[in-house]
Amino acid sequence: MKHLLNPLDFSVSELDDLLRLANAIEKNPEKYAHACEGKKLATCFYEPSTRTRLSFEAAMLNLGGSVIGFASSDNSSAAKGESVSDTIRVISCYADICAIRHPKEGAALVASSRSSIPVINAGDGGHQHPTQTLTDLLTIYSLKGHLDHLKVGLCGDLKFGRTVHSLINALIRYPAIEFVLISPEELRVPGYIREDVLDANHIPYKEVERLEDAMADLDLLYMTRVQKERFFNEEDYIRMKDFYILDKAKMKLASKDMLVLHPLPRVNEISVEVDDDPRAVYFKQAQYGVYVRMALILTLLDIHIQ
Amino acid sequence: MLNISGIQEGFVLDHIQAGMSFQIYHDLKLDRLDCCVAIIKNAKSNKMGKKDIIKVECPIDALDLEILGFIDHNITVNIIKNDNIFEKRQLSLPKEVKNVIRCKNPRCITSIEQELDQIFVLTDTEKQVYRCKYCETKFKGKRKLTSLK
Repeated sequence: MKHLLNPLDFSVSELDDLLRLANAIEKNPEKYAHACEGKKLATCFYEPSTRTRLSFEAAMLNLGGSVIGFASSDNSSAAKGESVSDTIRVISCYADICAIRHPKEGAALVASSRSSIPVINAGDGGHQHPTQTLTDLLTIYSLKGHLDHLKVGLCGDLKFGRTVHSLINALIRYPAIEFVLISPEELRVPGYIREDVLDANHIPYKEVERLEDAMADLDLLYMTRVQKERFFNEEDYIRMKDFYILDKAKMKLASKDMLVLHPLPRVNEISVEVDDDPRAVYFKQAQYGVYVRMALILTLLDIHIQ
Repeated sequence: MLNISGIQEGFVLDHIQAGMSFQIYHDLKLDRLDCCVAIIKNAKSNKMGKKDIIKVECPIDALDLEILGFIDHNITVNIIKNDNIFEKRQLSLPKEVKNVIRCKNPRCITSIEQELDQIFVLTDTEKQVYRCKYCETKFKGKRKLTSLK
């Protein structure tokens, strides 16, 4: 039984298969509309989420399956003090596959070790968010046509931004990837990403503070939100939250085919005036998130449609 | 000169950093073994200046030497059988240590699920880096044991 806890749980070749399946679903959704009939997805969300939870639910419904679950820990037995280990054992009796989001890092790994159904990590604190990474990869693959030979700018909260950590881990497996890490000093990528991932794999990268200094050379700009829930201190959050604002003036510095991605929700970091720019693909990205989750559910449930 | 008699079967843990023998005595849970244990403190050493030595008379499967590799892999372990050195074991860093050190990341799942084993995995042998299996936080600090369970 396979789980998805980390973007690296799939090899490059398995990932290629998954992305191709997602593209096939995009082209012919009717073909897959009954693929999961009789199957249930449990969405166990211990912290609030709109996009991720609804995109999982939409994905399962698009496949003809059904959905059970909870949307916050207040509405679950966690409020009574039940452990993740016990909850997943029970959920395994009710559903065929589970997507779990939990504020604590490593919660999905704990769930997978006790589960008898495939577990998908839908975000574990500031640690990993692999399905967002799959969404990002599918967006890049579909709109750029390749995942190699890219200069990727990552901007904003690179310290707590789990989407950034997962994306770095996934992209370094492709040839000729280069990163420009754009963040304030306080929100730089953590040491384990810099040392064990970038340095250990000899991936070229530079760290800069000003977005303007990086724009001209980028093939992709991945913007992130400074997340209030990751700060222990309100003062630090207020100081950091509007550090970067991508607007029309900054977009003029970028090449004509540079794509702007964002995992959403966006707050102030991308001005709404950028939304109509054809290079701003973050809403398309949300649509790709459904296709890739459909492909993931089919893959983990080992369902093949001829 | 202080004489400690030889042992028939057991271990001689040599080249322990001076002053660390009592810590290791507790960490290896030697207090729970019903056997003869001799601790020699501040013995002269050409290599180290001063060193501690622990001699334990016990069956050779009674001690978990992997843990010793985590505490200090420079310790020399002599395994004694029939009054002779049967084997000089080279200690290495264990690939995984369980319930030896605790993850200090307040965001780690182990901070709320108390029944979980505290597992750290060796991720970089050269730099001797251990990371929490769950949240991947790097273990910082002295590699000395504190009984967790």
